[in-house]
Amino acid sequence: MKIAVCIKRVPDTETRIRIGADGKSIDQSGVKFVLNPYDEIAIEEALQLKEKSGDGEVVAIALGTEESQETIRTALAMGADRGILLQTDVAPVNPVTVAKALAAELDGAGYDLILFGKVSVDDGSQAVGTVVSELLGLPSVSAIGGLETADGKGTAEREIEGGVEVVEFSLPAVLTAEKGLNEPRYPALRGIMMAKKKPLEVKPVEVSDEGITVVELALPAERPEGRIVGEGPDAVPALIEALRTEAKVL
Amino acid sequence: MANVLAVLEQRGGALKQVSHEVVTAARTVADASGGGVDALVLGPSGIDVSGVGAYGADRVIVVEGDDLRLYQPEAYAAATVAQTQSGDYAAVLMSATAMGKDLAPRVAGRLDCPLAADVTELEWSDGIVVSRPWYSGKAIAKLEIAAAPCVVSVRPNVVNPIERAHDGAAEKAPPADVEVRARTVEIKEPEKARLDVTEAPVVVGGGRGLKEAENFALLEELADALGTAAVGASRAVVDAGWRSHAEQVGQTGKTVSPQLYIAVGISGAIQHLAGMRTSKVIVAINKDGDAPIFKVADYGIVGDLFEVVPRLTQEIKNLRGG
Ligand SMILES: Cc1cc2nc3c(=O)[nH]c(=O)nc-3n(C[C@H](O)[C@H](O)[C@H](O)COP(=O)(O)OP(=O)(O)OC[C@H]3O[C@@H](n4cnc5c(N)ncnc54)[C@H](O)[C@@H]3O)c2cc1C
Ligand SMILES: Nc1ncnc2c1ncn2[C@@H]1O[C@H](COP(=O)(O)O)[C@@H](O)[C@H]1O
Repeated sequence: MKIAVCIKRVPDTETRIRIGADGKSIDQSGVKFVLNPYDEIAIEEALQLKEKSGDGEVVAIALGTEESQETIRTALAMGADRGILLQTDVAPVNPVTVAKALAAELDGAGYDLILFGKVSVDDGSQAVGTVVSELLGLPSVSAIGGLETADGKGTAEREIEGGVEVVEFSLPAVLTAEKGLNEPRYPALRGIMMAKKKPLEVKPVEVSDEGITVVELALPAERPEGRIVGEGPDAVPALIEALRTEAKVL
Repeated sequence: MANVLAVLEQRGGALKQVSHEVVTAARTVADASGGGVDALVLGPSGIDVSGVGAYGADRVIVVEGDDLRLYQPEAYAAATVAQTQSGDYAAVLMSATAMGKDLAPRVAGRLDCPLAADVTELEWSDGIVVSRPWYSGKAIAKLEIAAAPCVVSVRPNVVNPIERAHDGAAEKAPPADVEVRARTVEIKEPEKARLDVTEAPVVVGGGRGLKEAENFALLEELADALGTAAVGASRAVVDAGWRSHAEQVGQTGKTVSPQLYIAVGISGAIQHLAGMRTSKVIVAINKDGDAPIFKVADYGIVGDLFEVVPRLTQEIKNLRGG
């Protein structure tokens, strides 16, 4: 199986966000960047599929700045065979723009499966993988928590409100990975050493992000100061009173 | 002038509540720009769409088919694109539910137009202007969309449905002919169906303070007493296998905006707060008065949850009973 995994460099989820001087982006100083947690799940799935099929190749592809090379190295350390950086300084606001750049690289390259994370924890569009499938004319299932493949066909489960959808699809296909699909491995020391020698191709790309622009980036409104209504079970009546008369939610 | 196409959602042949939210949002944009609202309904025959006009739809376009009973990605995308191209729409709106999060990117990809996903605010000011959370709500981006059409998905529970009666006359459109390569074959539903955390008006969230999986029964009872409530969980308890991932609230779980979120034995880690800080009212119950959850809570009780929660459940039962 030849499998592509699209991965993104994102701020660590621990990051306290500060707004940058332009008022439209974050202040990146001191921010630690990591491989998007959902993309780890996609890589893990790709590695397991390759291991199961006994042969094949896992290619990690990122669109981003030069620094995304580090992110690709993390994927290589987990076990991906090679990496491709589509290098640009543009960070698109429209997920369709990202998808187009990735689709141009993926098109015609003969992948049996193209995997994505369900969502990037920075823009949180939950879109890029599904848009890529449309651009390439491939079937896709998003946010999968379970997967079985055999003989050019697959069955995936995706969680919906109050249930689980079971979707059957044909390969080649695009899938986006939800938590619960697997437990991503940590790169072992040996993997980290080997990753340094694995091929990482850097391709400069032109990206133009049109039709949607950032007017302003702001911190969310602070929640109004709350109060402790009391201690222990005896505070319950006061809480109920507050929820009924002040907050009016009971 | 901006005409808006509102894509509604049905389950089991009945329109979901989020449909009214989407029509309301669409009406607000259309009114500000002097346009109209068309609602699109996809599903099996016999869906009752008579109430859609009340929320502001001028027309309701119904695409029926036995194989549209479940969400079928290709057929739904094709029909939505066909309707969008048949009219002069500035925006295609839908709810950012499991379906909307899959359908919106398909439509945007096929139309090659901008997509703004999971927006929390939407207005018209010489163009569509939206606000959407970035960094899981740790920042809010305000975006201007210059292209028409565009696709926008709206976070469930953030728009208050408003009744503004319009004609809402129903007409039928034929389903699109598609080659099916991905087919939804069934929906597996749990035996005891509880509301989903993203849809419930009240969420009772439990954390490691509950000590063990069995103790979540306390929260189930509280949720039952509250009526339309869901049980949510912190990642710590999901990772421990006490609760399913479907219930996880936070940056790598679900984002919820209920009327009331009750955090029980949850410390309030930054990743958890990212998923629930837009709740309208937050209550925290924690034995540690310095727990960060109290910083976002409107009301807090410092105390042992094993004493506080049963009392709360009892008082709510008394209230409901009497
Ligand atoms: C990449 C990444 C993503 C993450 N995503 C998420 C996410 O989506 N959602 C999420 O929730 N977390 C997430 N986390 C984990 C997060 O950092 C915290 O570890 C987690 O939220 C802690 O869960 P908790 O509050 O249940 O447990 P703890 O932090 O252990 O808190 C337990 C609380 O219970 C209280 N308590 C104990 N006993 C009692 C009692 N008898 N009565 C009352 N109170 C009591 C304690 O005072 C304490 O405040 C993520 C972490 C990472 C690194
Ligand atoms: N710049 C990028 N480069 C490579 N893959 C990306 C990029 N942005 C998003 N993706 C992929 O698309 C998924 C969904 O991202 P998003 O639509 O931004 O939530 C991510 O989990 C990645 O797998």
